[in-house]
Amino acid sequence: MDARRESEPSAMKNLTTVERKSEREIVVTRTFNGPARIVFEAWTKPELFKRWWVPKSIGMSLVSCEMDVRTGGKYRLEFGLEASKSMAFFGRYLEVTPHARLVWTNDESDGGAVTTVTFEEREGKTLLVFHELYPTKEALDANAGMENGMTETFAQLDELLVTLGASA
Amino acid sequence: MVQYSRTGFDASFAALSDATRRGVLKQLGRADASITALAAKFHMTLTGMKKHVGVLERAGLVSTEKVGRVRTCKLGLRRLEEEAAWIESYRQLWDARFDELDQMVEELKRKEKIDGRKKRE
Repeated sequence: MDARRESEPSAMKNLTTVERKSEREIVVTRTFNGPARIVFEAWTKPELFKRWWVPKSIGMSLVSCEMDVRTGGKYRLEFGLEASKSMAFFGRYLEVTPHARLVWTNDESDGGAVTTVTFEEREGKTLLVFHELYPTKEALDANAGMENGMTETFAQLDELLVTLGASA
Repeated sequence: MVQYSRTGFDASFAALSDATRRGVLKQLGRADASITALAAKFHMTLTGMKKHVGVLERAGLVSTEKVGRVRTCKLGLRRLEEEAAWIESYRQLWDARFDELDQMVEELKRKEKIDGRKKRE
C-alpha cells in the first residue's frame, strides 16, 4: 500500500501511530522535532492551528477558527467543502497547562469525545499523545467511522474528516 | 482462554491468535456450518468448539443462528479488513495533519532562532 510506504520512518519523518486503546478510547502518538513550547503554540494559536489541522490533500478548508485557549474558554471551528455547506465544531477547554496538556470537550453532537493532548519534551523533541475518550463504544464507532465502511478514497477521507472534525 | 469481553480491534486480534479459530474462519469462508460439524471437523468436543465460536462471535468475526436444535455459524459482518481499513484511514488523516505540523514546527524553530539573534544584537 502506497500510504503505508509513505509512513515509514526516515531521517526526516516521524511515525504516526493509532491505537484503539479500549472500546471507548482511541490514541494517536507522534514525535515532533522541536521543543514542547513550539508544538504547543501550533495547537493553541488559531492562526497557526488553521494552517495544519486540515491537510492540503483533503481538499477542504477551515473557514473560521476561533479559540479562547484557557480553562473554561470556548472554541469553534467551521469547515467548508464549499461556501454553501459548512460544518461547525465546538466545545470548551477543560484544562490548559501551557506546553504540557490540553483537554477539551466536543459539544457539536451527542456522544462527542473528551480530547486530551499531552506534550512531553525529551532532548529537544516532543512526544505528542492525542487521546479521545468517548462516552460509549457506539459513540466512538459512529464518530470514528467504523460502521461506515471507510475505504481509502479521497471522497471518503473527506467524510472522515468531517466526522473527525467532531474531535476538533 | 475464552474470557474476551473486549470488542473491536483488540478482540479481533485476540480471536485470531488461536490456530483452531483461524481454521474455523477459513472453513466458514467456504460454507456455513453447524457447531457440531465444526467440532467434528476439528476433532474437538462440542463444548470446546462452542467456546471458540463464542470468542469469534464476540469479536464480530462470526455470527450464529439457531434454527430448531442446530446452531449454524457463518462469517460475521465485521470483517478484520474493515477494521484495519478505518484505523488506517484515521491514521492517514493524522499522518497528513502531522506532516503539515512538522513543517510548522520547523518554521517556528527558524523564527525563534532569528528572533533570538535579534535580541542579542
